[in-house]
Amino acid sequence: MMRRFTLIAVPYLWLLLLFLVPFVIVLKISLSDTALSIPPYTPVLDWAEGIRAFFSQLDFENFVWLTQDDLYWKAYLSSFSIALVSTLLTLLIGYPIAYGMARAPEEWRPTLMMLIILPFWTSFLIRVYAWMGILSNEGFLNQFLLWLGLIDTPLTILNTNTAVYIGIVYTYLPFMILPIYAALDRLDGSLIEAAEDLGCSRLLAFWLVVIPLSRNGIVAGCFLVFIPALGEFVIPSLLGGSGTLMIGKVLWEEFFSNRDWPVASAVAVVLLLILVVPIVLFQRNQQKQAEAEQ
Amino acid sequence: MIRFQNVTKRFGEFTAIHDLSLDIFEKEFFALLGPSGCGKTTMMRMLGGFETPTEGRIELAGQDIGPVPPNKRAVNMMFQSYALFPHLSIWDNIAFGLRRDKLPKDQIAARVEEMLKLTRLEKFARRKPHQISGGQRQRVALARSLAKAPKLLLLDEPLGALDKKLRQDTQFELMDIQETTGTTFVIVTHDQEEAMTVASRVAVMDEGRLMQVATPARIYETPDSVYVADFIGDVNIIQGTAKPIGDDRFHVSWNEGQPPLTATSAKPFSDGQTCHLAIRPEKVTITTDKPDTADNAVQGKVHDIAYLGNLSTYHVALPCGTMIKAQTANTRRLSRRQITWEDPVWLSWTATAGVLLAE
Ligand SMILES: Nc1ncnc2c1ncn2[C@@H]1O[C@H](COP(=O)(O)OP(=O)(O)OP(=O)(O)O)[C@@H](O)[C@H]1O
Ligand SMILES: [Mg+2]
Repeated sequence: MMRRFTLIAVPYLWLLLLFLVPFVIVLKISLSDTALSIPPYTPVLDWAEGIRAFFSQLDFENFVWLTQDDLYWKAYLSSFSIALVSTLLTLLIGYPIAYGMARAPEEWRPTLMMLIILPFWTSFLIRVYAWMGILSNEGFLNQFLLWLGLIDTPLTILNTNTAVYIGIVYTYLPFMILPIYAALDRLDGSLIEAAEDLGCSRLLAFWLVVIPLSRNGIVAGCFLVFIPALGEFVIPSLLGGSGTLMIGKVLWEEFFSNRDWPVASAVAVVLLLILVVPIVLFQRNQQKQAEAEQ
Repeated sequence: MIRFQNVTKRFGEFTAIHDLSLDIFEKEFFALLGPSGCGKTTMMRMLGGFETPTEGRIELAGQDIGPVPPNKRAVNMMFQSYALFPHLSIWDNIAFGLRRDKLPKDQIAARVEEMLKLTRLEKFARRKPHQISGGQRQRVALARSLAKAPKLLLLDEPLGALDKKLRQDTQFELMDIQETTGTTFVIVTHDQEEAMTVASRVAVMDEGRLMQVATPARIYETPDSVYVADFIGDVNIIQGTAKPIGDDRFHVSWNEGQPPLTATSAKPFSDGQTCHLAIRPEKVTITTDKPDTADNAVQGKVHDIAYLGNLSTYHVALPCGTMIKAQTANTRRLSRRQITWEDPVWLSWTATAGVLLAE
């Protein structure tokens, strides 16, 4: 009994310390007012004044502010659409790669898997900086295209939304490929043969059999890309331009440029609430999949 | 209708089918029989269009079907692994092929219901394949391959997972379907009894080669090699040397000090040629006294008795150590049986009972 309790208690304690406590702190700051002090908000919990006085000073002012300035909802919306488009792009690129891997000869697969995972061994920041080198006006890509004679003047890619898409797709591609690969790897090849035997062309067999049977992998991959992409900060701030509006960037600016911690916290709380929806959907998908396999 | 012409199939270095030629006729129920790994599935897959012959050609109605993709062949296959679509219900699995033909909805529904009834799966129509038993899955696979009423139906061990009763029922069902639809059936099985029951012709294979192709009765009664005789049913093989004595009769000397056995054979054997006499156990008579008028009679001791209900098989050890099986029908109750363990007995058979084989 005691042992079971400890076993369950450990992950809960972990969640409490590393997720719930910080969240409560952020939530509290989001309900506070800015102040010229350290920390730059008020009230701070002061036992002398009593807990009631402390709570009476909290209000939803910052959340109301989020609805008043249209910067915020535009940023949320734009993040959402950038995350959505990048997820679809990642799917379009990731699916054929996963399919190719699953159909590759058995002895190649570990190597291919290695190649997918290999980028994780270098720093994420360095890889994003490398993309800056590739995409900039004097970068490798433009040099190459100029040399080929395909273009006369360098293309402006860096500091546009295109660069952000490239960055997100590049960074999150493995998260798309791996779950789809796992689903396709389990797919019995004789099912495709059976479909063809019953009158399907290759393409139709793919559409009617392969796609539905890898659905769980597709859904898992999409969530694994969409959720982090929505709050992405590094990629839009390094690769995106002034026109790239993403909530992660707004958040950062509120914190570090405006030093308006309460508004920044409110932005974070809303972002978290928005993310809860896809996370719950994702969990449900995983659970359904686990049930189906029993 | 189907013609394999010198077909060889290699997987890398490994040759699965060796230079095989075979004709399968229209409206025939043809069985491929052989031990595991002899290339039965490979033959089927070549007919279905999932493998191409390395050498030789396969003709369907006079046309080389090598370049025809599986979805363009009027051939349906029941896969050994069933290959049911796990994301579709039983109903949709069976309807899958019909939908590809763009048939009207009510026609599809009627056909699916018919198939469900035939395979006694009506109750499970709405379930998914993982929610039914192995035998039920096998029936779904069968129903799905039958649904399109193909010209040629390939069945790869269609009844392996069924219990004996259902298996026999389905065997008769298959024969019925074959008769009413006139479909050509090619069935793979390791079960020789099944092959004998359903097929009009049987091919016995070994290691990618055809050993014999004939009707079930001929395969059983006149096998043309020791391998086939041994593979189909129970058999006693006695090795010896032949000596022609005229009139297609031969003496087989098989053991020092024993009188030679007499056998007939339409095939010639030269004097001193090594031969094998194959005799089915049910053609050997077992008696306690020496029979007066038998072409062949040997004495031995009962070593073991296998009681099979309707039949009993006696394993009789001859003085030289050879074991011979004799089978009798149990027309009397067990308690009245006169022969038991360790009894000295006589085994006898006629000259025409056995088959003389060179190898
Ligand atoms: N794709 C393949 N690659 C390599 N070898 C193969 C392949 N398919 C079959 N073989 C080999 O060819 C031989 C014949 O296989 P096949 O599946 O036709 O046997 P089978 O007669 O159907 O056996 P079973 O009764 O066990 O189903 C086997 O030795 C098998 O290992
Ligand atoms: Mg097989």
